[in-house]
Amino acid sequence: MTTTTLAVLVPLLPFLGAAAGLLLGRTAPGFVRPLAVLPSVTALALAVLVAVRQGGDQAVDAATELTPTGSVPIELALHIDGFAALVAVLVGVVASCVQIYSTGYLRDDPRYPSYAALVSLFTSAMLLVVYSGDLMLLLVGWEIMGICSYFLVGHYWETPEARAASIKAFLVTKLGDIPFLIGLFALATDAGSFRITKVLGAVASGSLDHPTLIALLLLAGVAGKSAQFPLHTWLPDAMAGPTPVSALIHAATMVAAGVYFIARLLPVFAASAAALVVLAVMAAVTMAGSGLAALAQDDIKRVLAYSTIGQLGYMTGALAVGDRGAAVFHLLAHGAFKALLFLAAGVIIHAAGTNSLAAMSRMKDLRARVPDAYWTMTVALLALAAIPPFSGFFSKEAVLGVAEHAATGHAENVPSSAGWIVLVAGLVTALLTAAYAMRLWLLAFRGHGAEAPDHGRQPLAMNAVLWVLAVPSLAFGLTTGLLPDWFDGHDLTPTLTTSMLGTGIALVGGIVTYGAWRHTTAMAARVPLGAVAAHPEGDAALVEAEAIASHAPAYGDVASAPDPSDPGRLLLGPLHRHAAVGFHLDAVYAALFVRPVQAGATLVRFLDREVVDTYVRGAGELPRLLGAAVRRAQTGNVQTYVSALLAGTVVLAVAALLVATGA
Amino acid sequence: MHLAYPAVLSALLFCTGLYGVLARRNAILVLMSVELMLNAVNLNLVAFDVWLSKTAQDTLHSGQALTLFTIAIAAAEIGIGLAIVLAVYRNRGTSDIDKLRDTAETDDGPESAAPAQAEKAEATA
Amino acid sequence: MSLAVATATLTGRAAATAAQATTTAADTRGFLSPTGVEIAFLLVGLVTLGAAVVTVTTRQLVHAALWLVVALGGLAVEYLLLTAEFIAWVQVLIYVGSVVVLLLFGLMLTKAPIGRSPDADSGNRWAALTVAVAAAAALVWVVVDAFRTTWIDLDGAAAGSTAVTGASLFQSWVLPFEALSVLLLAALVGAIVLSRKAAADEQPTQPPRKERKEGAR
Repeated sequence: MTTTTLAVLVPLLPFLGAAAGLLLGRTAPGFVRPLAVLPSVTALALAVLVAVRQGGDQAVDAATELTPTGSVPIELALHIDGFAALVAVLVGVVASCVQIYSTGYLRDDPRYPSYAALVSLFTSAMLLVVYSGDLMLLLVGWEIMGICSYFLVGHYWETPEARAASIKAFLVTKLGDIPFLIGLFALATDAGSFRITKVLGAVASGSLDHPTLIALLLLAGVAGKSAQFPLHTWLPDAMAGPTPVSALIHAATMVAAGVYFIARLLPVFAASAAALVVLAVMAAVTMAGSGLAALAQDDIKRVLAYSTIGQLGYMTGALAVGDRGAAVFHLLAHGAFKALLFLAAGVIIHAAGTNSLAAMSRMKDLRARVPDAYWTMTVALLALAAIPPFSGFFSKEAVLGVAEHAATGHAENVPSSAGWIVLVAGLVTALLTAAYAMRLWLLAFRGHGAEAPDHGRQPLAMNAVLWVLAVPSLAFGLTTGLLPDWFDGHDLTPTLTTSMLGTGIALVGGIVTYGAWRHTTAMAARVPLGAVAAHPEGDAALVEAEAIASHAPAYGDVASAPDPSDPGRLLLGPLHRHAAVGFHLDAVYAALFVRPVQAGATLVRFLDREVVDTYVRGAGELPRLLGAAVRRAQTGNVQTYVSALLAGTVVLAVAALLVATGA
Repeated sequence: MHLAYPAVLSALLFCTGLYGVLARRNAILVLMSVELMLNAVNLNLVAFDVWLSKTAQDTLHSGQALTLFTIAIAAAEIGIGLAIVLAVYRNRGTSDIDKLRDTAETDDGPESAAPAQAEKAEATA
Repeated sequence: MSLAVATATLTGRAAATAAQATTTAADTRGFLSPTGVEIAFLLVGLVTLGAAVVTVTTRQLVHAALWLVVALGGLAVEYLLLTAEFIAWVQVLIYVGSVVVLLLFGLMLTKAPIGRSPDADSGNRWAALTVAVAAAAALVWVVVDAFRTTWIDLDGAAAGSTAVTGASLFQSWVLPFEALSVLLLAALVGAIVLSRKAAADEQPTQPPRKERKEGAR
């Protein structure tokens, strides 16, 4: 088979798996698990094959036009360069891991068939985005991911948190998608085509008329999809979905799509210095803010969610300084260790029966209950904190390196201000990242207090996947020397200055947090706190749904807990209160948008019910009254009828006579 | 004889019967009033037939023939009418016309009228 | 005289010939100098009308039927006075002889109360009276206005003797006559059907009633 055929099969297989799963889910439950796992694994194998064949050489391009579609043609096009090939492999790996993990995680879930089909569809849409060589085709995958995330985040729709989170995720990402669509149209009008190769060719020849406007419009869609400030608020709330979905959304698909999109069209953004500065500021605010917020969260998954936002900030930062190689490198490394973090968190939540770090910090020996999750999560957290020699170190240093490169004015077309912004924010975030990673690890695994509950070993499918993902988290850094061949050719090896600076700052963050923890942990015993799931013997999905539903009633908030022994509280000081609620951004949105819209809806409702309906009711009331009057006459008495009839006859006869005699 | 005498008498008899039809409550009395109206018409027919047969040498005697027909039809009508009245009386226990009000519009709509109509259907069955 | 000419235009061809007839004896035929036949007709007419009015107003149901006999009998006399003797006897035979008897049976079968019944008239009576008086006024006005001077010549051969009536009936009217017999047959069958349906679950009082209907015919 040619590379093109293989590449077409990669997104097609999960799609067929999803269709078959949706059709057969009820009638043939035995096929559901194979139909979920096999297409993903096969797609992974094919994606690896495509990557090997492509080998970072000349990009594979193929296109066919189904039908003429007006002035700007829309084609079914593939454009597979080194970025696309490797990102597709990452998507395949994470999707396969998530599917396998889900067979154990949602073992007893009655809605597993539709869940698995939607995950397959999600994977298929992401692969379509990755391989697509046409912007309209890319948009199709982009929007399918939006609707799939709505369904998957709302998987536990029995809980109000999940319902609200799914609607919020959908609306916020759509809010970004509208400018995104307009930006796509503007770009295609300027370039005369939706084909990515032609667009890039147009950029290279300088025929783009409105680069800043287009870049900013596209940036809005990217901010929504990749959860960048100020459209990031949906991502922490999306933790109300099942943990495997969080892993899928955060590691490889949805949020990666935005970064990947900018990486694909980086020349368009690079054509406008203003867009790069905006991107840099956006990345900086996102990174630093999310680091602070992550330090204050109590829900283990929300910590990871804010950490995802921060790491995406690194990627957009790398793009802001014009180096997509570093961005995609960090995307790949982050995809592996963040998927691992989420899946391990799912195991921990199942074992502990709660998603609250405050409750976990009062459990002794939780790490002994889940040794696999303990070790793999430690690896992943070290990678997250960018401690050498784990994968995160290399990718993050690559980002910091290119930022330093740009800041000192060595990069073309990139303002050095953008470089400085990204570099400073990146270093601050490195400190924060190490701090919250340390806090997470300490609170989850170094608790004191009652013995952690024992539910026996976790399912094999779940533990095996953790070790599979631990391998790239450990060893992905080894590929640093090879990757530039696949990418643009920029060197990605860490420079000495930034490595020393970054690692040193990370170590400082970790040590300070450890100190704070030593100081506060004594208080944990004095303040008993915690609530665990009502059905510890249920499958992991049930335990998690109950944990999410009980967090707000037990601790007063979905995000934070009133725990004085939390080191984050000591470190953040007065900032903690604001960081826990994401710096009140939701409240600002509620005041700015939600309440005016609701007030408008109330007004419209009033106008409809009281004003418009009055006319309608009046129009109905008049015939009703007339009808009532006429009904009075229908007494059923035949003699009355005949009397009226004859009286009329007499009157008519007299009238006729008078007319006939001329009176 | 002046033609006005039988003509006026027939008009007055007709209106008397008309009053009976409209005002009487018992269905058989209504039938009697109908007979009165028919007879008023008969008187008219006969009077005009006699006048025309003399004055216009009319030999068709259509008035008298029609009178005979009317009498026969009246007999048939009274037979059928009484049979109907008896059937109604047997089903309803009354022959009062103003109690037979199944077609009346009631305020509570067709739901309450349904049993009455069922009763009526039974009556005609 | 001038009135007679004026009304002649209203009454068409027959009236025109009548107007010619009236010119010969116009002076002798005023309403204030009635002939003997007219006086008799008037008296019998008053009795008939009175009986009819009592029929539709009496509160005793059986009396109403009996007063109807008087009214119908009075009409038979009027037919005789108009020289329509065959019609008169048919009237006596069918109306007085059978229709009234049938009505009386009907009253009894529906258990009509003997004696005064206070609710013989429905609540509709005032409307009925209004309509009836209005209709009477209109009819009398028209009839008097049209036929004020028209004269019926009752001398000579009787216009409605059995021979004359029979001849016209079986020469000119034989086809309608036969059609009428079919109608009577249909009425007979209809009456039987109506009675028999009711008989299915009631006491067997039908055979006598069927005979009565044939008698009415």
